[in-house]
Amino acid sequence: MALEDATKTIQVLLGAGKEYVCVMKLHADIPEVRVKEVLEEFQGKIYQKPPVRASVKRRVRVRKVYYVDVLEVDTRNVLFRVGCEAGTYIRKLCHDVGEVLGCGAHMHELRRTRSGPFTETENNITLHDVAYLHSKWRETNDISVLRRFVLPMEKTLGLLPKIHVRDSAVDALCHGAHLTAPGVTSLETGIVKGSKVAIYTMKGEAISLAAATASTEEIFEKNHGIVARNIRVLMPRGTYPKLWRTKQ
Amino acid sequence: MPRIDAPWTVKRELLTKAEDDTDPGFGHKPEERQYPELVKFGVINLDKPPGPSSHEVAAWVRRILNVKQAGHGGTLEA
Repeated sequence: MALEDATKTIQVLLGAGKEYVCVMKLHADIPEVRVKEVLEEFQGKIYQKPPVRASVKRRVRVRKVYYVDVLEVDTRNVLFRVGCEAGTYIRKLCHDVGEVLGCGAHMHELRRTRSGPFTETENNITLHDVAYLHSKWRETNDISVLRRFVLPMEKTLGLLPKIHVRDSAVDALCHGAHLTAPGVTSLETGIVKGSKVAIYTMKGEAISLAAATASTEEIFEKNHGIVARNIRVLMPRGTYPKLWRTKQ
Repeated sequence: MPRIDAPWTVKRELLTKAEDDTDPGFGHKPEERQYPELVKFGVINLDKPPGPSSHEVAAWVRRILNVKQAGHGGTLEA
């Protein structure tokens, strides 16, 4: 849940990979070995047509299933963990597993255990505790209480490759300017041309979301020219001083 | 079918291209943000109860924390 200005980072989450734990119910008794065999077949790229209730165009599309781990099989109940690309319908996956098995199957229960960089084991908090900790913070005025559940929005960008820039480049970026090579102080490996990156100050504050126009190696070598095109500015203008001039 | 590497398993290395200092007079490290910046640029990893809708829960969070905007990061499409 993103607060105030952090809502600008939500788009990153919508396209991020997910993990679920699911209980699938088979419509007949199937040997465990066979169940595991078929579920393993659904690892990798699968085809899916979104259900009627989904608000997307209903055309068959490819989705990546990163892994399927069968946790427990109890007669017709199958408990499994699945990691997949955004927009993968687990209900449809269960239905299709049933088709392959021949007997049919349906998704009985689903819990999302990961959304991009957010897991259910790290800084996970219930609504009840949000209310509790918030009033505790109001009483004690101890900011560390608030920090237990309010995380910096940079956390949302955790899976995107990072590019850090020098102070003098920050405010121009906040005004929507694209990132040029001289501004870059450090960058992560694995950037490919066209991929989304997150641009940070040297202190680690998120400035903006951008699309790289070159790979890590190319950006490293370049001395001038645009290396990333700004998609969404996150930092307010004026946070860092204006150290640029409009062309005369 | 073989497993594909999930995005969260990708390991990256940070390469330094140029040396420079950052002025301590501007900005804050995210983990050192004070109130109200902490909340203004904050996210909550909320374990949503199954009953109410994401929309309702967002409204509750807005009220509890007294913020103008709170958006959820995607509904569980069942």
